[in-house]
Amino acid sequence: MAVQDNLAAPPRTAFYNDPVIRGIIYQIVVAGLVVAFLAWIIFNTAQNLAAQNKSTGFGFLFETSGFGISFTLIPFDRSSYYWQAFVVGLLNTLLVAVIGIVFATMLGFVLGVARLSSNWLIARFATVYVEVIRNIPLLLQLFFWYFAVLKAMPAVRQSFELPLSIFVNQRGIIVPRPLPDAEIFWVVVAAAAALVGAIALVVWATRVRTRTGHYPVSVAQGSRFAGAIVAFLVGYLAISMLGSVVPAVSAVSFLPLIGALVLAGLSLTKYGFYGRVFIGTAIGWAVADFLLSGMFGWLPRGVIVLGAALIALGVAWTMLTSDRRPAATEGKFPLALPILIVVAIPALVYWLTGASLAFEIPVLERFNFAGGLQLVPEMVALVVGLTIYTAAFIAENVRSGIQAVSKGQTEAASSLGLREGDRLRLVVVPQAMRVIIPPLTSQYLNLTKNSSLGAAIGYPELVNVFMGTTLNQTGKAIEVIAITMLVYLTLSLTTSAFMNWYNARVALVER
Amino acid sequence: MSFSYVRDHMVEPRPAPVNTAGPIAWARRNLFATPSDSLMTILAIVLLIWAIPPIYGFVAPNFLGGDAVPPGGIVEECRLETAGACWAYISARMSFFIYGFYPAEEYWRPNLVFALGALLIVPLLIPRVPFKRTNAILFFVVYPVICFYLLNGGVLGMRPVPTEQWGGLLVTLIISLVGIICSIPIGILLALGRQSKLPIIKTLCVMFIELWRAVPLITVLFMASVMLPLFMPQGTTVDKLLRALVGVTLFSSAYLAEVVRGGLQALPRGQYEAASSLGLSYWKSMWFIILPQALKHVIPGIVNSFIALFKDTSLVSIVGIFDLLNTVQAASSDIEWSSPTQAITGYLFAGMVFWVFCFAMSRYSIWMERRLDTGHKG
Repeated sequence: MAVQDNLAAPPRTAFYNDPVIRGIIYQIVVAGLVVAFLAWIIFNTAQNLAAQNKSTGFGFLFETSGFGISFTLIPFDRSSYYWQAFVVGLLNTLLVAVIGIVFATMLGFVLGVARLSSNWLIARFATVYVEVIRNIPLLLQLFFWYFAVLKAMPAVRQSFELPLSIFVNQRGIIVPRPLPDAEIFWVVVAAAAALVGAIALVVWATRVRTRTGHYPVSVAQGSRFAGAIVAFLVGYLAISMLGSVVPAVSAVSFLPLIGALVLAGLSLTKYGFYGRVFIGTAIGWAVADFLLSGMFGWLPRGVIVLGAALIALGVAWTMLTSDRRPAATEGKFPLALPILIVVAIPALVYWLTGASLAFEIPVLERFNFAGGLQLVPEMVALVVGLTIYTAAFIAENVRSGIQAVSKGQTEAASSLGLREGDRLRLVVVPQAMRVIIPPLTSQYLNLTKNSSLGAAIGYPELVNVFMGTTLNQTGKAIEVIAITMLVYLTLSLTTSAFMNWYNARVALVER
Repeated sequence: MSFSYVRDHMVEPRPAPVNTAGPIAWARRNLFATPSDSLMTILAIVLLIWAIPPIYGFVAPNFLGGDAVPPGGIVEECRLETAGACWAYISARMSFFIYGFYPAEEYWRPNLVFALGALLIVPLLIPRVPFKRTNAILFFVVYPVICFYLLNGGVLGMRPVPTEQWGGLLVTLIISLVGIICSIPIGILLALGRQSKLPIIKTLCVMFIELWRAVPLITVLFMASVMLPLFMPQGTTVDKLLRALVGVTLFSSAYLAEVVRGGLQALPRGQYEAASSLGLSYWKSMWFIILPQALKHVIPGIVNSFIALFKDTSLVSIVGIFDLLNTVQAASSDIEWSSPTQAITGYLFAGMVFWVFCFAMSRYSIWMERRLDTGHKG
């Protein structure tokens, strides 16, 4: 047909063969079908609702709910309104999402880097983790953590006791409840101000170094001083911890003080490095001893001390043989000064204002713990499940992000004489982040959406409180589902708006 | 006259390289390359020594040195204080996990469905087997119809079995298969619509895709189970399983649309232009030129979204359908087999089943990706 038409001099096409008109007709047809479909649905719904004598509208939000919620961040009881139930659910969703995102990011990055480790055992471990976790449904994992692990915890009377007065039992985890007084407010303000000040200091000093090649003299001197103070504090801690392993150390009561002073002095000399090795070894020994005696309590004490000592020796050997070539251009920023600022200023304010931060220690009474803050098992299971599940996906994103940085970049950095740490910090990671951030954001979004599975194990988040209880009590299916979907839609669109902005910002400008 | 550059004695032979092969060299290279590597290795080994024996003892049956009760054991063994996983419970309730409440004397029907499915899908997945087109039509069009009549009964003298009685692995497989089979065409249409130059069609498709992608599946399932009956004309009842299927299909077609869009965008413009210059109409150029290439590119992506869909089917247990997870959950409160390890054994079993399916699919997707990678990518 087309061939014959071509023979005619001016191709005469019927108006319905004109692509533009045809497009308009198609669109009118499709739009008409969609509108007709929607109208049909609305008509049916109206009829069904009329038949069931149900009204529509959002007035129910201002009626009293008449139910209680087991875990709320804002006051809520039976006399509260439905809109308050909505807020409670939303806040609980956001709480779990934020906690989950923080932990999943940390675990995911560690695993992602571990998958690329040159250590066969570590890489294999990360691979097994990722392959096992991502191929099992999240809901099953939540059930596992909730029903098989947390519900199988000992009863209240036989609670596990962890350090810092934390108790684990069937009813969740009970931690000491902080009891801040009014002056604590100023400490928080001071902490925030100190953090801002420390960041400003780092930015300023880095700018000066970029311009002149040296850090400002005041910063350099301040860092030495701050380094000594930090060495004193950490050294004190390290020697005190060592006392728990080597009884002879704790026998001499003033040893930590003297040792810390020596270490502080040492940090001002050029042998400061050996002080750090000592601190690292001491802490490694104490931590290894604590872990080993927890893991292999059935072994004789001597074997554990010996094992811990071997691990501590390993730490010392590692530190002594580490690459001690100067780091890139005077090294990274001397972190002691900003750390000291962030810690010392709030501590000073705490002391000056006479603020007090007491902790209410949970105490086992007849049937339950009195005092303390109870983290309900539903929440613990949800956070653990979401963290472990999402971390597997984040690990894959991190791995592919790092692999996306071409080998030439690493080689170029090496040829500039950068050592391993600087290569990663200055060359590989900034480029990998460009690849990692977009999928990472969508993992965060997935985690937030997946937190709705908390409904299945009874955590009172949005879907549970609103789409579950509220919908069942009011029967306002359309309104409730519309509001819930709108919340998730808003979260998702905000995230993708951020992602578009970020992508536009970091997109490679190629010549 | 002397030439200073003439060598008058041989260079000492360099010592032979220290062992570059064999297990010791391997360990030195991969486990103890640097002190920090050695430290990590030692810590990892300590962790393994701590973790492996208890786990092995829990899952291995007693004839392999573990504490678990093997299939065929009795419940009293599982109730012992020292007992590990109670595999006897799994083997005793296996038919419930596979068929749900399906009447036992009709088990041959689901079995036939499984067998037919395996018979059709294996040649479909092996690229060398011929008759792909016939095979695909049989699997994607004919097979679901046969399955429905086989399972539902009511024809050829087979006794009707209402969907409420379907359950277990059978329902998990049905939901994921129907989900993927229905969502592939919808997803392709949505992807084409999203790429379309017609503004109304494009907007509609974008709105549809973004809406379903933005909300969690559980809200979609709630919506399908609560609102679908409202949307239908008065007096129509919508089957519970069908509601879940509609929800799952809507949800996964939006995700699939994005996967297909990736394939469409990966095609060079020249392909579209060449198709137009041949005088092919829009649908013909899509059918003969664009989609065959685009879909080939995204087979791994489709398999990946199938894995996600397969895992997501477990959510239908929240709206009261007895899929594999829900049967395991329901059986864990079975008093006849009550024992301290009953629940955990059930989850281990369900986890293993899901894992085997998902892991196999992900391996297939990786293998396919390698096969399709012609090496001249951008």
